[in-house]
Amino acid sequence: MDTGDTSFIMISTAVVFLMTPGLALFYGGMVRKKNVLSTLMHSWIVLGIMSLQWILVGYTLAFGTDFHGLIGGLDWLGLNGVGMEPNLDYAATIPALSFMAFQMMFAIITPALISGSIAERMHFPAFIVFIILWATFVYDPLAHWVWGVGGFLRTLGALDFAGGNVVHISSGYSALIAALVLGKRKGLGKDSMAPHHIPMTVLGAGLLWFGWFGFNAGSALGANGLAAMAFVNTNTAAAAAAIAWAVVERVHRGKSTILGAASGAVAGLVAITPGAGFVTPLSSIVIGLVGGTVCYLAISVFKAKFGYDDALDAFGCHGIGGTWGALATGIFATTTINPAGADGLFYGNTSLLGIQAMSVGITIVFTVIATFIILKAIALVMKLRVNEEQESIGLDLSLHGETAYSEFV
Amino acid sequence: MKKIEAIIRPGKLDNVKDALGNQGVNGLTVTQVIGCGKQKGNTQIYRGAEYIIHLIPKVKIEIVVLDQYVDKVIQIIKKEARTGEIGDGKIFVTAVENAYTIRTGDNGEKAL
Repeated sequence: MDTGDTSFIMISTAVVFLMTPGLALFYGGMVRKKNVLSTLMHSWIVLGIMSLQWILVGYTLAFGTDFHGLIGGLDWLGLNGVGMEPNLDYAATIPALSFMAFQMMFAIITPALISGSIAERMHFPAFIVFIILWATFVYDPLAHWVWGVGGFLRTLGALDFAGGNVVHISSGYSALIAALVLGKRKGLGKDSMAPHHIPMTVLGAGLLWFGWFGFNAGSALGANGLAAMAFVNTNTAAAAAAIAWAVVERVHRGKSTILGAASGAVAGLVAITPGAGFVTPLSSIVIGLVGGTVCYLAISVFKAKFGYDDALDAFGCHGIGGTWGALATGIFATTTINPAGADGLFYGNTSLLGIQAMSVGITIVFTVIATFIILKAIALVMKLRVNEEQESIGLDLSLHGETAYSEFV
Repeated sequence: MKKIEAIIRPGKLDNVKDALGNQGVNGLTVTQVIGCGKQKGNTQIYRGAEYIIHLIPKVKIEIVVLDQYVDKVIQIIKKEARTGEIGDGKIFVTAVENAYTIRTGDNGEKAL
C-alpha cells in the first residue's frame, strides 16, 4: 500500500463528490425559478440513493468476479470482503475501500446527469425508482463491461480512461430517451424557459471543472506521472472547448454568452474524459475545440430542428460530447503517454478507432433500450410526469412544498 | 389630493428622487416593474434558444401630494427622467379620496 497514492485517491474521491452538488447548481441556475429546488433535489437525492445502492449491490455488480463478461458477481454484497487491504486487480496500492469509494462518486454523478433532460416535469417518486433501476441495470453492467476484470468491452480493448462510455455516453443517450418518453415541457417555444440564475450555473460549472481534475487525474489510481498528464489534458480540453464555444456562438449569433462559455468548458471536459490518460496535451486542444463546437451545434441547431426537449442538454453535452471523446481517443491515443493503452489512428493504428466505435455503438444501443424499458415499466405502476397544474405552479411548490426565494419578506 | 404615478427608466430614479427631495417631496413609493410601450424589446439567447423579450424593466414611482403641488412635481419628473429617446416613460394622475398617517392617526391633508 502506498500512502501517496492512497491520500491522492481519497482527496480525488472528495473532489469528485463535490461535482454532484456542483451539478445541482449548474442545472439549478438553468431552470425557471419555480423549479430550482426540485432540480437541486434531483442531484441531492441521488447522493443519498446511490451512496447506499453502491455499497449494497452496485460495487459488487460492477467490479465483482466476472460472469461471462457481462456482470460482476455478488462476492462483495454489502461490501463484504472489501476492506483496508488493496485489491490487486483494481488499484493495487490503495485500500480496496478507497477504490470502491472513488468509484462510488462516478456511480453517483452518472444518474444525476440524466436529471438534466427531464427537468421541470418529472414526478418525484418515479424519478427515485428510475434512478435505482437505472443504476442497477444500466450503470453497473456497463461499468463492468468497460472497467471490470473480464468485462467484455475491456477485453475487446476499448479504452475509457475515466468514463466517457460509462458516465457520459450512458447518461447522455439515456437522457435523450427520457426526454422523448416524458415529452416536452408545457409551453415550450411559447413561454420563456430562460435560466433564472446564470451566476448559479457558472458557479456550478466552476465546481465541475475543479471536480474533473479528481475525476480524470484520479482515474490514474495513483499519485504519479499519468495522473499529472491526465490533469493537464483535462484543463487543456476544457479551456479549448470554452473558447471554441465562445467563438462559434459569436459567429453564429453575434454575441458570446457566459452561459455558452461555461457550457463549452463542460463539453470539453466531457470530451476529454475517455482519453485523458491516453493522449497528449496538444491533442487535448483539438479534442476540446471539436468537442465544444460539436456540442454547440447539437444544442443550438439540432435540438431545435429535431424538436426533443432535452431541457438542460444532458444529451447535447454528455451524449454527443462523450461520443466524440470516445472516437477521439481512437484517433489520438498513444502508447508513449500510456503503455497500458494503445495507439490510435493518428499514430498509425487503424484498429483502435474501430474498437472505440463498436464500444460506443454497443453502449448506445444498450442504454437506449434499457432506459426505454425501465421508463415504460415504471409508467405501468406510477405517473412519470406531473399534471398540467403542478407543472404550471412549479415543482418546488407542488412536489416539495417549498419556495426557493421568499418573494415578500 | 392627487396620486402621481410615474413610470421611468431605472437609471433615472436617483435623479428624480434627489430633485423631488430638494423641493420638499420626500414621501414616495418605488416598485420595479416591467412593461412595454413604443420601445422595442431586446433579444436574449440561452444556449441557442432565442427569446425576444417585449417587456422591459422600468421603475414606477408613486407620490401622493396636495393638488397645488401636482404641476410642480410633474415638471420635475419630466425634466429629470427625460432622455429624448423612445422609452422615457409616462406619468399618470389620479384623484385620491383620503390619506392617513398610521403613526399619528392624522388624515386628509395633514397626512401628506
